Amino acid sequence: MAHNTAVLVLGGGSTGCGIARDLAMRGVDVTLVERGNLTDGTTGRMHGLLHSGGRYAVSDQASATECIEENEILRDIASHCVEETGGLFVQRPEDSDEYLQKKLEGCRDCGIPATVLSGREAREVEPYLAKDVSRAIQVPDGAVDPFRLCVANALDAERHGARVETHAEVIDLLREGDDIYGVEVRHDSGPGKRTHKSPGTTEEITAEYVVNATGAWAGQIGAMADLDVAVRPSKGVMTIMNVRQVDTVINRCRPKGDADIIVPHETTAILGTTDEEVADPDDYPEEQWEVDMMIDTLSELVPIIEEARTIRSFWGVRPLYEPPGTGTQDPTDITRDFFLLDHDERDGVSGMSSIVGGKFTTYRAMAEEITDHVCEKLGVSATCATAEEPLPGSEDISVLEEGMDNFGLRSPVARRSNQRLGSRAADVLETDEPNPVVCQCEGVTRAEVQDAIGQSGSDLNAVRIRTRASMGNCQGGFCCQNMATELHPRYDEETVREALDELFQERWKGERHALWGEQLSQAMLNYALHATTMNRDNDPASGATQIDYAQFDGGA
Amino acid sequence: MAITDDVLVIGGGLAGATAALAAADAAEDARIRLVTYKQSTLRHASGLIDVLGYAPGGVSDGENGQEQGQNQNQTPVADPFTALESLPESHPYQRVGVDAVREALAFFDEIAGDAYAGSHTEMNALVPTHGGTVKPTARYPVSTAEGLASDDRDTLLVGFETLPDFDAPLAAAHLEAAGAPFDARGVTLSFPGIVRDDAKVTRYAHLLDHNERVETLTGKTGAREALAATVEPHLDGESRVGFPAVLGDDHPAAVRETLSDALGADTFEVPMGPPSLPGLRLEDLLYDALESAGVRVTSGVPVVDYETAVADSTADEPATAAIDHVVVDRNGAEIPHEADQYVLATGGLVGKGVESNRERVTEGIFDCYVPHATDRYDWFVDDVFGEQPYARFGVVPDEDLRPLDADGNLEFSNLRAAGSVLGGYDYAAEKSGAGVSLATGYVAGTRAGEGCQ
Ligand SMILES: Cc1cc2nc3c(=O)[nH]c(=O)nc-3n(C[C@H](O)[C@H](O)[C@H](O)COP(=O)(O)OP(=O)(O)OC[C@H]3O[C@@H](n4cnc5c(N)ncnc54)[C@H](O)[C@@H]3O)c2cc1C
Ligand SMILES: Cc1cc2nc3c(=O)[nH]c(=O)nc-3n(C[C@H](O)[C@H](O)[C@H](O)COP(=O)(O)OP(=O)(O)OC[C@H]3O[C@@H](n4cnc5c(N)ncnc54)[C@H](O)[C@@H]3O)c2cc1C
Repeated sequence: MAHNTAVLVLGGGSTGCGIARDLAMRGVDVTLVERGNLTDGTTGRMHGLLHSGGRYAVSDQASATECIEENEILRDIASHCVEETGGLFVQRPEDSDEYLQKKLEGCRDCGIPATVLSGREAREVEPYLAKDVSRAIQVPDGAVDPFRLCVANALDAERHGARVETHAEVIDLLREGDDIYGVEVRHDSGPGKRTHKSPGTTEEITAEYVVNATGAWAGQIGAMADLDVAVRPSKGVMTIMNVRQVDTVINRCRPKGDADIIVPHETTAILGTTDEEVADPDDYPEEQWEVDMMIDTLSELVPIIEEARTIRSFWGVRPLYEPPGTGTQDPTDITRDFFLLDHDERDGVSGMSSIVGGKFTTYRAMAEEITDHVCEKLGVSATCATAEEPLPGSEDISVLEEGMDNFGLRSPVARRSNQRLGSRAADVLETDEPNPVVCQCEGVTRAEVQDAIGQSGSDLNAVRIRTRASMGNCQGGFCCQNMATELHPRYDEETVREALDELFQERWKGERHALWGEQLSQAMLNYALHATTMNRDNDPASGATQIDYAQFDGGA
Repeated sequence: MAITDDVLVIGGGLAGATAALAAADAAEDARIRLVTYKQSTLRHASGLIDVLGYAPGGVSDGENGQEQGQNQNQTPVADPFTALESLPESHPYQRVGVDAVREALAFFDEIAGDAYAGSHTEMNALVPTHGGTVKPTARYPVSTAEGLASDDRDTLLVGFETLPDFDAPLAAAHLEAAGAPFDARGVTLSFPGIVRDDAKVTRYAHLLDHNERVETLTGKTGAREALAATVEPHLDGESRVGFPAVLGDDHPAAVRETLSDALGADTFEVPMGPPSLPGLRLEDLLYDALESAGVRVTSGVPVVDYETAVADSTADEPATAAIDHVVVDRNGAEIPHEADQYVLATGGLVGKGVESNRERVTEGIFDCYVPHATDRYDWFVDDVFGEQPYARFGVVPDEDLRPLDADGNLEFSNLRAAGSVLGGYDYAAEKSGAGVSLATGYVAGTRAGEGCQ
């Protein structure tokens, strides 16, 4: 039987995109399907920490070692997605010396460069650290942009011939007897790039081999073929501050706990996180106490956070897994390692493997191991090159370092565009057309937005994750409208309107968790701009009722 | 030494400026002072004077049932004054009464003179927005007067490549989808004389105000002529041409006149978001009027505190406290300001008259009572355009606009509140922002003026 594709990867998070890239680079024909946008799952809702491994140096040394190895690889192949911030494990007077010592030794055992700083030295690195911080261990933690990294993997997979279908939800696994031979997907708006308003279609995609990389949703996919994949989704909250109170990753130096990391990310700092098992990865409570805990607990490390402005909060669900029978009670104790479940070996059902667990930092190594496994099944002998081949945007480091005033942009805008686009900057920004700034908070220009629209269609959330437009202080109040107009005339007025509504509502979703102080003022301002100035809440174009224009004042 | 006046208005937005002018009008010999801190919301606002565009319980198509807030997708009210009657008792318009709203508008018309239009009728006009929807409003700057969507002349909209806030072809298509009774077309052009892609709107206005010499294909000409020459070939019989609101800051009338003459068509502005030139022009107009009325204006300084007078407690009932003086922070120096009557017009969440932290919502200077749910997660609803409780945060006034405490008693005997520091209405949903500021500013100012005589 002729298949549509050799390998079908389910899930467009870091794991799925990493696998698709690896397979495509080895010359394997691959199709990836994702129900939403790339990164719509956990990958787009994580903390942004490129682990040095320090975090696991006491509890899980195998993970720690893998982290430092991958950390070094990603600095190289994905330089435009990584910021080398460094990290500190900070000790407060009440935190034990013994644990600090263990952490230090653990780091050294795992090959993680680690230096002890006095409290004063630590405050020289990060002036806002609490006065009573007694010591700190310095490690090579970094900040990583999961959106850019994941999209770069998908782009490169496409360059190597892969088909990447977003807004294509798997609704069934095709199983015949004990063999899985493909899936049925529902395209939100037909195959190809998403366009609002196009009618949905379904498609059967058959494959020699299916890889289930749907993370916290892997159990749902398994169930479609009566396979039991016992993922234990565990939620965590992250709270975004409006500025970077710190330029270094700040970890609390104690065994484990909630609210113990601050990660600087672009113009913001992100506080996190919690760990609490949930029943449904699509529907779980997002609660006030979680946000309050981030602020209250982390201000013990960095006191100015107590009074600072937060711009939104968001939640993600970890795809935790442990082999049947392990029986760990507390989700924080479940291993962060990943598992490859070959359903042939495990359940006697051939044609599919599931990947569960793991971390973003080690996505490439996970992908390599899975791709090796799949290639063995398919009899493909090509070897992995993803650790050496830079991702699109990180190919030519000199481009990143080129002067500031390129492309006629104001310097900070040019610098930020260069950082985001890496070696693609010249391709994207070199234009004869005027190139005004569309998003002021993040310094995103028209050319960058247009490039993203070219990649992703009329979906403005896809544009957002590629460019960071609408992700700064104003949370889209000032720029959502401008982003939407960039869709025109490629897309018609009605499509533009729907895309705008969707983006604006999405921005509100996270903002709601930061509604006090400055950000509540900002929310009212955004509301006034969209409802008062633009009257978008009573747009006669969207309503069913007709206005009788003749009843109104038509001028003197 | 305390600074002493008869009436002290705190906050210099539309409400505060109106209150100061009304006080000066009501009490000719009184000393009136206005103290204000930062820029008011006029900088953000479109310059339109909305009175009431949508009434609660108005016709809603309710397509999406419960999910959509009641205040979405309604048809606008043509006659705001009739609709005012249907507002709840607690609404600021009901507190001051419909007659006061009419008087306040007349007062505004007097101040605004030729700069505003719309006073020839009580009906709302529909004005195109920069996104391409239409919005009901009661008074509009003359610069937008030729552009009404409730006027059926065909329209050419002109946008500029370097101004991403206004996409003219898209706005034209949107107006059509909104059922506007005319043909609209949009073109995107390059603005002569703009060399930087990130030029500010004030740069465009400045070029036109001063008719600066700019380079064109046919040599150097004035910016106004150059702009007209750029637009002219695109005109196809339309009798009016709309531009984003950048047509001059100091001399908008002259700019429009030159453009209209050269094009042989009326020109108008489409209001835009911040920084909004029509809003800034209204601010200038108000501050000129304050100066003419002899109001003393101190700006750039916040009121940070207050003291009450020792209450006269001879009566049986506990007397209501009176404010003795407020404290103004001038670069760290605390200067007492004393007055007989005070008007609080410090704005809402945007102007920062209403403040909040994770636990509570307060009025910032006097800690007047602001009703709000104790649970922060009840301050909002999930639909961004739903009925948002936070949009109604503000102080509760009696019929004399004096703030009340949680038990319904007067907070202070000589304090009145006006504008968006008042609660109980959602100006964004109703389209009533400037109207409420005018009506309550007018009433609070007038009563304060009368009270000190
Ligand atoms: C709060 C939190 C903080 C974290 N912080 C860090 C950190 O700082 N550093 C780090 O290294 N790791 C971190 N992680 C872990 C990391 O984010 C995840 O391990 C990683 O992103 C998982 O990627 P994935 O591709 O396996 O899953 P996902 O990104 O969830 O991808 C699975 C995809 O499958 C899709 N899908 C689901 N159902 C279907 C269907 N029926 N059809 C088609 N597609 C479907 C989903 O939409 C989703 O996009 C964090 C996790 C959480 C929860
Ligand atoms: C984006 C936006 C668009 C709008 N568009 C329209 C529209 O198109 N039509 C319409 O009718 N309405 C519109 N409005 C609403 C309208 O502008 C406001 O309702 C109205 O102007 C509020 O005026 P105000 O004077 O009460 O407050 P503000 O304009 O907020 O002024 C308050 C002033 O008080 C000052 N202040 C605050 N605290 C202190 C202190 N402690 N000491 C001294 N001074 C202080 C502030 O700095 C500020 O200058 C819009 C509002 C916004 C935000």
